[in-house]
Amino acid sequence: MSEGLYSMESKDFDKTLDLSKIKPYGDTMNDGKTQLSFTLPVPCGAEAVEAAKQLLRKMGLENPSVVYYKELTPGFTFFNCYGSCQHTVDYSTIYVPKVESDTMDMYETDKYIKENFGRKIVIVGASTGTDAHTVGIDAIMNMKGYAGHYGLERYEMIEAYNLGSQVPNEEFIAKGIELHADALVISQTVTQKDVHIHNLTNFIELMEAEGLRDKMICCCGGARITHELAKELGFDAGFGMNTYADDVASFVVQEMHKRGMK
Amino acid sequence: MQKSKLGLDFTKVEYARGLAKNIAEDVQAFVEQYTTVAVERTLCRLMGIDGIDDNQVPLPNVVVDTLKDNGVLSEGALFFIANAMIQTGLQPQAIAEEVAKGSLDITKVVTRDPQRIAATLQPVIDESMARIRARRARREHYIDTIGEGPKPYLYIIVATGNIYEDVVQAQAGARQGADVIAVIRTTGQSLLDYVPYGATTEGFGGTFATQENFRIMRKALDEVGEEQGRYIRLCNYCSGLCMPEIAIMGAFEGLDVMLNDALYGILFRDINMQRTLVDQYMSRIINGFAGVIINTGEDNYLTTADAVEAAHTVLASDLINEQLALMAGLPEEQMGLGHAFEMDPMLENGFLLELAQAQMTREIFPKATLKYMPPTKFMTGNIFRGHIQDALFNMVGIWTHQGIQLLGMPTEAIHTPFMSDRYLSIENAKYIFNNMKSIGEEMEFVEGGICRNRAKEVLDNTIKLLDEIVKEGLFTALEKGIFGDVKRPKNGGKGLAGVTMKGENYFNPFVELMKGKR
Repeated sequence: MSEGLYSMESKDFDKTLDLSKIKPYGDTMNDGKTQLSFTLPVPCGAEAVEAAKQLLRKMGLENPSVVYYKELTPGFTFFNCYGSCQHTVDYSTIYVPKVESDTMDMYETDKYIKENFGRKIVIVGASTGTDAHTVGIDAIMNMKGYAGHYGLERYEMIEAYNLGSQVPNEEFIAKGIELHADALVISQTVTQKDVHIHNLTNFIELMEAEGLRDKMICCCGGARITHELAKELGFDAGFGMNTYADDVASFVVQEMHKRGMK
Repeated sequence: MQKSKLGLDFTKVEYARGLAKNIAEDVQAFVEQYTTVAVERTLCRLMGIDGIDDNQVPLPNVVVDTLKDNGVLSEGALFFIANAMIQTGLQPQAIAEEVAKGSLDITKVVTRDPQRIAATLQPVIDESMARIRARRARREHYIDTIGEGPKPYLYIIVATGNIYEDVVQAQAGARQGADVIAVIRTTGQSLLDYVPYGATTEGFGGTFATQENFRIMRKALDEVGEEQGRYIRLCNYCSGLCMPEIAIMGAFEGLDVMLNDALYGILFRDINMQRTLVDQYMSRIINGFAGVIINTGEDNYLTTADAVEAAHTVLASDLINEQLALMAGLPEEQMGLGHAFEMDPMLENGFLLELAQAQMTREIFPKATLKYMPPTKFMTGNIFRGHIQDALFNMVGIWTHQGIQLLGMPTEAIHTPFMSDRYLSIENAKYIFNNMKSIGEEMEFVEGGICRNRAKEVLDNTIKLLDEIVKEGLFTALEKGIFGDVKRPKNGGKGLAGVTMKGENYFNPFVELMKGKR
């Protein structure tokens, strides 16, 4: 495979950036270079390599190259591959719905609450349904926070209740009523077989049935959650990867203010 | 006196151990007065009761629920089973079937004579003990003949939800070099107050722990072990509301490693502390007798609390867990005390702190089969950096002679492992374990350096914490949230209704039998 080290491959494609037709970048504009790895359920051998290359072509990758392969167990072969992507996307017309609030830090949020509400905001959080993972809700709620972002428990003007994991939606909502929650936040970590979608949908249905949906801000979060998905499911906001307690708190207080909640 | 590479003061270590012993004795005094529905179901299983009724309810539940509903659970299942055997002449399994049909009142008392009760049960007791001994001998025979991998054992998980698919993944992992296969349980099983029955093919984030699933996986691992010339250990989860029941199923089916930690259940599954500490005692007695290595869950404290600030809570809990295990007759070699490599990777010299703590743990528990957990909290979608974090973790593992290395996956933050993820992780560990094999013997820690100071600091903080816990007791300490920043009330959580004080006819000979004889 040493020929790959100093590529002599001709580069007779247009090398100017066109945002209406973008494709992956390796080391030259529009070279389309893409790396991927996968396992095929076939024994290791020349046929397996050929199968991998054919698959790459079907994925729209030209000059497919299998740079490494290894039999994981009889009948399964793992591949590392490269190819040049032929597809393009129009970046210039992309619209992605986002949480529309300005992220404030803890001190700004506390100040915002004092100025606009003059009382503590109550936020109740849990990992609901069968999900046993507390890591997500802890990252948002716990005093310590995550990656340098303080959690809601640390906010002077927020009364935060972390109910932990495996909290049934009914129980969660009941607790929210009892604590006079302004916002309910749900974390979902397990997403196998879309269990999180079913659970989140069930939560919103319960909220609507109880006539509570408009009385509280409802947010969900997790590594596989996007704002778009959350909106689709009937939540006010969704918080995915690389979002922290500040994002959640900022959204909640600004949304409350926008709705005229007191 | 053992020599410490870290300059640890072993008189301090012994002092800390003494404090932990006080704490454990306090817990033990409580535990010995109580039994639980799970302990009684375990005794039913030791009587050979298995199977389900027409409504899929396991027969041990049928029997124990009957006792509970009649308000006589405090006398224990064995007392009533013995009485039913005398009354009907039937064996325990047939008795349970009659109870399920509603055709036998098991609460009728024929005799209270302890000798007559013991004599009636003796043949069944002998049979169960022999069954467990045979399983243990089988493992020992395999290790004597085909051998096992060197320590640290490479530990991987399978979690497809389908036991038959798990078998494919497990055998692939064993062929790639794994020594321990853990079948992750389905989400929520820890909160079920019964153990499901039969082979299962549906689960969320894992596969149900059932006796049949244990049997299927044991067989698959024996096959691949013979093929590879290396005994492959099977691990499951003896935690949650069915601790001792899962222990006995594992003992019957040849499991080798069991997650087994009441503190974990209390903190992270909100299981009632009284319930699970009583359950834990019986489960550890069984695990000790069956030759099963237990794994404790201290590593989890560092997923909620900060790994640098809370390091001493891990050591304190390891010391308490050690004492609780010794009281259940579980030998040090079977103690997979938990700790973890969980510091923020951006921390300057974080590697040195991790190294110091791992070496410290090794020196404080020299005989234990320490369980070392990989980074999870700071694993991200950047699988490339994640693979390096795991490499650093593996370096500490071989350097400090850990017992069981739970292999980190580059895709930790993304999904349950693909077959290829396991391959990459095993390759990572094998490369480092071989390439750095003797580094622990070659390297020393500089006097007054970062590592020595760190070990000293953690040990000192541990002693301070243990001193506090001695004063207020473990139950109160847990209520105050000393471990993992999680607070749990003594009478809160799940499963308290299944706890009862032992009555005057209470009888459980297995405690002494299993603790007394190997």
